[in-house]
Amino acid sequence: MSILIDENTTFIIQGITGREAVNMTRECLDYGAKVVGGVTPGRKGRDVYGVPVYDTVRQITEQMQVDGAVVSVPPGFAKDAALEAISAGIKLIVIVTERIPRGEVAEILEFAEGGDARVIGPNCLGIITPGRAKMGGIGGTAEDTRKAFKPGAIGVMSRSGGMTTEICNTLGAAGLGVTTAVSIGGDPLIGSTYAELMPLYEADPETRAIVIYSEPGGPFEAQLAAYLKEKRSRLPVVAFMAGRFMDEMPGMRFGHAGTIVEGRADTSAEKIRLMQDAGITVAESIAAIPDLIRQRLKERGN
Amino acid sequence: MAMFVRVEVAPSVASQPELARKLVEVCPVDIFAQNPDRTVRIVEENLDECVLCDLCSQAFPPGTVRVIKLYE
Amino acid sequence: MRFYEYEAKVLLGRQGVPLPKGSNAKTPEEAEQVAGQIGGSLVLKSQVLTGGRMKAGGIKFATSPQEARKEAAGILALAINGQKPRSVLVEGRAAVRQEFYVGVIYDALAKRPLLILSDMGGIDIEEVAERHPEHIARLHLSTLVPFQDYQAKEVISNLGITGNRLTRMTPILARLVRLFLQYNLTLAEINPLAELEDGSFLCLDCHLDMEEEARDRHARLLQELGIGRDESRQARPPTPFEVRGAQVDAIDTRGVAGRVVEFDGDLGLIIGAGGGSLTLLDAVRKHGGRPANYCEIGGNPSVRKASELTKLVLSKPGVEKIAVMMNVVSNTRVDMMARGVIKGVIESGYDPKEKIAIFRIPGSWEDEGFKILRKYGVEYVDRTVSLDEAARRAVVKMGRR
Repeated sequence: MSILIDENTTFIIQGITGREAVNMTRECLDYGAKVVGGVTPGRKGRDVYGVPVYDTVRQITEQMQVDGAVVSVPPGFAKDAALEAISAGIKLIVIVTERIPRGEVAEILEFAEGGDARVIGPNCLGIITPGRAKMGGIGGTAEDTRKAFKPGAIGVMSRSGGMTTEICNTLGAAGLGVTTAVSIGGDPLIGSTYAELMPLYEADPETRAIVIYSEPGGPFEAQLAAYLKEKRSRLPVVAFMAGRFMDEMPGMRFGHAGTIVEGRADTSAEKIRLMQDAGITVAESIAAIPDLIRQRLKERGN
Repeated sequence: MAMFVRVEVAPSVASQPELARKLVEVCPVDIFAQNPDRTVRIVEENLDECVLCDLCSQAFPPGTVRVIKLYE
Repeated sequence: MRFYEYEAKVLLGRQGVPLPKGSNAKTPEEAEQVAGQIGGSLVLKSQVLTGGRMKAGGIKFATSPQEARKEAAGILALAINGQKPRSVLVEGRAAVRQEFYVGVIYDALAKRPLLILSDMGGIDIEEVAERHPEHIARLHLSTLVPFQDYQAKEVISNLGITGNRLTRMTPILARLVRLFLQYNLTLAEINPLAELEDGSFLCLDCHLDMEEEARDRHARLLQELGIGRDESRQARPPTPFEVRGAQVDAIDTRGVAGRVVEFDGDLGLIIGAGGGSLTLLDAVRKHGGRPANYCEIGGNPSVRKASELTKLVLSKPGVEKIAVMMNVVSNTRVDMMARGVIKGVIESGYDPKEKIAIFRIPGSWEDEGFKILRKYGVEYVDRTVSLDEAARRAVVKMGRR
């Protein structure tokens, strides 16, 4: 089992003829994903590694079942692309694009709510269910992806795309594989937060523990802590908190657009306190995560 | 000065304007340019940007365009 | 990007939000002149991009132009939280009956803009929310359906406000919301919004932040306000080192290399990507290292950019060695990064095996990259060595633990 995607998930890539998207298409295909079409306005009739290109999303959805869409277009076109996919009835939208203004992200997310669609991102590398499918640039080429991501029982959620790979690589080297890893995005407004994805992992019998990568800024860690306290989740959670040095530098933005300390609640110290209070184990280094996971699983008699 | 990559183009390719133009077109990092007489000129400062894509050597008869890694 | 109060008031004024009479002054003489034009009781406010002005002595009162001149001179000479004021805002002072708070922000949990109103203005809104939640009314806003005045009216009436107060406040709230949405603001606050003795309302102080990503879309407005592209408006102005970093990043459009923040240590850091940089800077500090800088590399920068960044870091006084480290990369190429840093070190006149404390970038094209590193005798590690351990080894090489 897995969450969000598996080898049967069909998806399209919007902006498929762009430089990054061409690479992504090839990487996803090589990894075994079902990329059934691509969209670039005015380029209908072409193909990218055998994937047919269309002018509109509906030209594809009218012909076949499409489960997901990857939005890989420049920031000025991202809102339109996402709204097009949602209005064509696609239910899983992965937005890779960086630097979309927050007001437009809010529009996308509000529209998605009305269309009953789930959004991952923006500013993310996508989703991977190791050994079965990936949707987005996560992990890079199929060969590099196989090196870093092993199938297994850990769910991974991360605000950093690159650190998703680092963490999964560390887990894999320690003999712990991954059910599904989600790069949730580094923006201040994102479609799916840790807490919003938790019920999906809860419902997946193969997932036995969760690892999250977190940063200063934003309320998502506090939201997860509150969720865990309220729901008494069956899944132990281990967190890594990067950017602890930022607590001394309020008002400075580092790394991702959402990574800034604007108030006490944004600091790493406060987030660590909240997470520990909710029973989350906070790792002092990425390398320490596998042992902590094993410990937590043992405590639960797994 | 290039430190990592050297490119050698056989005179049979370098001296012909049409082939020179093709070289300029295939290279994604602008290692080739055309002289005023439309023969090939190698852009020294771009050599180290070579991504080893081999598009240049694949576009011509074997041995006529060679990409040499100076660190091997 | 934060606006100075005097700029924010220009924006609010254009939208039709009532403001005190006043003008911005760059010198004590100008302040005196403005004070003469306004007359009566005056307030002088330091124009800095930070809070806590009152406590720091950045806000003064005066009753004559001569007094205004004297107070302005004091304010202009006073740095607040390390910031020298850009100017002093001189405004007329009115008798206030009650202060309110109006704000619009993004609520990341609801994923919508949020309008907040409180009848306890003038103090920290978070404190009010904690201690007096009954004095706060909230409304989540749609970004798809245009804001209507009745929504503002409902929020106001939810606080038990009625009569002339309600009808006078309604358009002010509505205008603030429209300003927020129209100009890609991430924060729009009027605090306090004052009700005067005569029943009229004035925006006494305000705070507007525009999203960095939207600056280009509002280039004309920013130009009208005299805000240059190079004004970063971060918590502190960029250092010359940071400005040169941005120039390196602008050499070409391939990838990112050059977003730097300056520290005062001796270990130069060539690190990435976004999350990896945060993780690595923490790790270096944890092991007792003193970073000379923070930086972010990502998206496969050109060899030229990586090499120029390396040169920049090495040119910083006090930098003894550099550590080159990233998380497992899938887009950035290990061989291109190896070429870039080695080239930068050699062109700076140093030996790569001496200057590079450690190279830890595993991932795409790593075999090719490791070949280059071996040729130059640079110590490198692969993905079996963790980020934390790589950082520790770099610090050990600096000769302290």
